[in-house]
Amino acid sequence: MTVLCHTTAGYLDLSWLDLALGAALVLLLGLGSLRLRLGIGRALATGALRTTVQLLLMGLVLKALFGTTHPAWVAGLALVMLAVAGREVRARQKRPFAGAAGFGLGTGAMFLSSFTVTVLALTLMIGPEPWHAPRYAIPLLGMLLGNTMNGVGLGLDRLTQGAWQQRREIEGRLLMGETWRAAIHDLRQEAIRNGMIPVLNALAAAGIVALPGMMTGQILAGADPVGAVKYQILIMFLIATGTGFGTVGAVLLGSRRLFDERQRLRLDRLSPPRD
Amino acid sequence: MLDATDLAGPHFGPLSLRLAVGEILCLTGPSGAGKSLTLRALADLDPNDGRVRLAGEDREAVPAHEWRRRVAYLPAESAWWAERVGEHFPGAADANALASLGFAPEAAGWEIARLSSGERQRLGLLRLLALSPRVLLLDEPTANLDAEATRRVEGLVTGYLREAEAASLWVSHDAAQHERLGARVLRLENGRLAP
Repeated sequence: MTVLCHTTAGYLDLSWLDLALGAALVLLLGLGSLRLRLGIGRALATGALRTTVQLLLMGLVLKALFGTTHPAWVAGLALVMLAVAGREVRARQKRPFAGAAGFGLGTGAMFLSSFTVTVLALTLMIGPEPWHAPRYAIPLLGMLLGNTMNGVGLGLDRLTQGAWQQRREIEGRLLMGETWRAAIHDLRQEAIRNGMIPVLNALAAAGIVALPGMMTGQILAGADPVGAVKYQILIMFLIATGTGFGTVGAVLLGSRRLFDERQRLRLDRLSPPRD
Repeated sequence: MLDATDLAGPHFGPLSLRLAVGEILCLTGPSGAGKSLTLRALADLDPNDGRVRLAGEDREAVPAHEWRRRVAYLPAESAWWAERVGEHFPGAADANALASLGFAPEAAGWEIARLSSGERQRLGLLRLLALSPRVLLLDEPTANLDAEATRRVEGLVTGYLREAEAASLWVSHDAAQHERLGARVLRLENGRLAP
């Protein structure tokens, strides 16, 4: 219905007018929220704005980066993405750890899992030349970080909130002579499961209900569907692994941090709640 | 046997106290004076300063979870995390122990949600005694009990102290109870021991 032009890349390019029409749909939802007093209007507006600005910036950065294969530029962008993800994880918790641990715990776990999985996938499986070619490395890392960030954020939030709510029970177990490991065991499992649920759901529903974004993108760009599916299967495995190890790592480190060397529950290490 | 020197936390102390084998020391004082905080510090549940020794051994020499088995603390309200009573006991709940406070052996299978506050308090004491502690830190253990149950708890604890050569620090405001227990009484005011 709008001006669509064919490009040499073999897919239908979007005009700015198309994006404006998409934005109008979001606006419609915003108006609906306002009318029903759902109170999500502001979050929706800032979110849509952030998506636009952040993705445009990323597009420009990637365009510039594709001209170079210098590893320092790729590494720099990767670290910026990690830092933003770490900030986001902290922001998603109601009572994050206070001080450096609040940022470092989630960020460290995401670094270890996402970066390791990305490097493994690039060197062992996908194999671009050179392996850190930004055209492959950055989108792959982005997908992994985005999902790991969700898992780590959900896992840590459940852990810290749960420790606060169940402090009497946890201290009760300590008083019965249990070790800190035994006293936090149930909550720890619950937190890890909580962080993994989105990925487990995505694994189960992929292909039947949901057509994952990356695969859809490749197909829209003219790729062979079976080739796109193979890519998507690999990505799903990588995301599950990255999210799983990231969540487990963050929750294990976090639960250790909840106790001191005398196995006391140290809720004073958490920040006061935010809303 | 239990020897605390310059025990202090953010809101109480410093204070020093000493418990002999078989002794009961009753702690009184207005609410907010730091009685519970003192007991928590002795069980090493909150960060605190000072030297605490049990039978000559520094607490730092004992792993914290092991220390809490030996210097066992019964809070005013005990916490229950599993579904049934018996799951909170170390090993199987002993029928004789249950009977000593008037519970049938089936009490081990009771659901926590159906317990009255008095039952919780008495069962909380029983599960703590099952750890065979050397020191009992009791925070008003008879507050929700009628006269008869109170006597039973007093009898159980004094009997245990004799048998196990243990000692107890007991928060209680009842002068008649101090007398029945044959206890030395210490008064806590604004986090310090009153002279």
